[in-house]
Amino acid sequence: MSISLPALSAQLLVGLINGSFYALLSLGLAVIFGMLNIINFAHGAVYMMGAFCAYFLLNIFGIGYWPALIIAPIVVGIFGMVMERTMLKWLTGLDHLYGLLLTFGLALIIQGIFQNYFGSSGLPYAIPSELQGGMNLGFMFLPIYRGWVIVCSLVVCIATWYAIERTRLGAYLRAATENPTLVRAFGINVPRMITLTYGLGVGLAALAGVLSAPINQVRPLMGADLIIVVFAVVVIGGMGSIMGSIITGFSLGIIEGLTKYFYPEASNTVVFVFMVLVLLVKPAGLTGRAT
Amino acid sequence: MADTTMTAPNAANSAKAGSGTLLSVENLEAWYGESHILHGINFNVAAGEVVTLLGRNGAGKTTTLKSIMGIIGKRTGSIRFDNHDISHASSDKIARLGVAFCPEERGIFASLDVRENLMLPPTVRSGGLSLEQIFTLFPNLKERLSSQGTKLSGGEQQMLAIARILRTGARFLMLDEPTEGLAPVIIQQIGHTIARLKSEGFTILLVEQNFRFASTVADRFYIVEHGKIIDGFANSELQANMEKLHTYLGV
Repeated sequence: MSISLPALSAQLLVGLINGSFYALLSLGLAVIFGMLNIINFAHGAVYMMGAFCAYFLLNIFGIGYWPALIIAPIVVGIFGMVMERTMLKWLTGLDHLYGLLLTFGLALIIQGIFQNYFGSSGLPYAIPSELQGGMNLGFMFLPIYRGWVIVCSLVVCIATWYAIERTRLGAYLRAATENPTLVRAFGINVPRMITLTYGLGVGLAALAGVLSAPINQVRPLMGADLIIVVFAVVVIGGMGSIMGSIITGFSLGIIEGLTKYFYPEASNTVVFVFMVLVLLVKPAGLTGRAT
Repeated sequence: MADTTMTAPNAANSAKAGSGTLLSVENLEAWYGESHILHGINFNVAAGEVVTLLGRNGAGKTTTLKSIMGIIGKRTGSIRFDNHDISHASSDKIARLGVAFCPEERGIFASLDVRENLMLPPTVRSGGLSLEQIFTLFPNLKERLSSQGTKLSGGEQQMLAIARILRTGARFLMLDEPTEGLAPVIIQQIGHTIARLKSEGFTILLVEQNFRFASTVADRFYIVEHGKIIDGFANSELQANMEKLHTYLGV
């Protein structure tokens, strides 16, 4: 079969875009799992809330895309911190299953509320004027907004990785992930750190939501559709590994894109096939440390 | 061991409290879940002293340290440190008052390199040791700064665990079995370190199984048995109490 470069590049671009969202979301999940030991099923719901927050900011307050990129993650992050303080906090020390069930329930409630008011169809959110149009790269046409999403996600992912792996605050976080009791006995307010970490993870998801709004529209179930794939990504990458979740996120996006070109019938399942294979061969995930 | 002077800006504080009690524990009881471990611990430590808790495995020595540090969730009785009631304080607050804890399992973090492990505990008071002073005490650490924390040998990990709490300015150190499982030459080095810290005015509460080691560094001993302090004497009374001690410790 002959390869059509523009068609292949187009699918690769779609793959990279999806990979950007996978990476941002699985990064947040990894950070939250490391620190709180909670498999945050509400992650898709807060991603959706990020997109809705941008929508409300624009349509109620007239606040545009650029400020929303900052404000929405903060607002949704604060919502997450309230959730942690009022509910998740009480699950400390219990089995993973409790956190999973609680966050799953919260996700259903949040999505249900939004569905009640906004139905299931998408609300439009325009691409900011600065990022409209596209560039002809010779072998393909690159919509500028899509290029922006990829670059922005990459920068945020690498900045988050740097903050966790290379800074003093990150050292607190890594240490508290290993032994919160001892870190607290050194004089660090670990409960506050846990709340802020949850806020950070949720904020990253909300940021992904804002980035996705102009591409995928704003829908109450936008997160529910995505989160299943993201969990597969997390399983493949290894729960709790920061760099692992970033690399796996982007890679699986690309693999999905390639599959769409070479064997479209499998494009929706390829990630799950990978997940099964990884679980069979390396249950801790590709980058996870076996326990 | 190289000869350096450690500055002790808190010396005035220590001297003032020198005659007084820095830590007093009264009727301390503690539980791990349902099991009642401490049944009324009473003892005190004066500023500048090295005090050792001796006792058999499972007597409650470690639990006593952890209760003082605020790590044991369920505890009753009174613990006072430096004129603060810390009976019900959270461990981060207790640490901020200048109490530092070096756990038995050492607690070196695998996801942190040696430098990060060393720099992890935040400064709680001025007057902690500088990195230079720490490297003079423990020269091995300087060469291993970028190694993963848990790649160090047992002795080096113990030094790292002690070194990192000397940086913080805490003047009261609780060391839980610092010599456990270490070679004699390392035990000696840790003994020198404790003597040096004492001469600099640090107050140290030690838990030890190694009675021979404890007798070289401690001013006073308390015997812990079944979650209670059943006896205590000064180092100078050691010879007179040898027989009793053998019975207590079963050595």
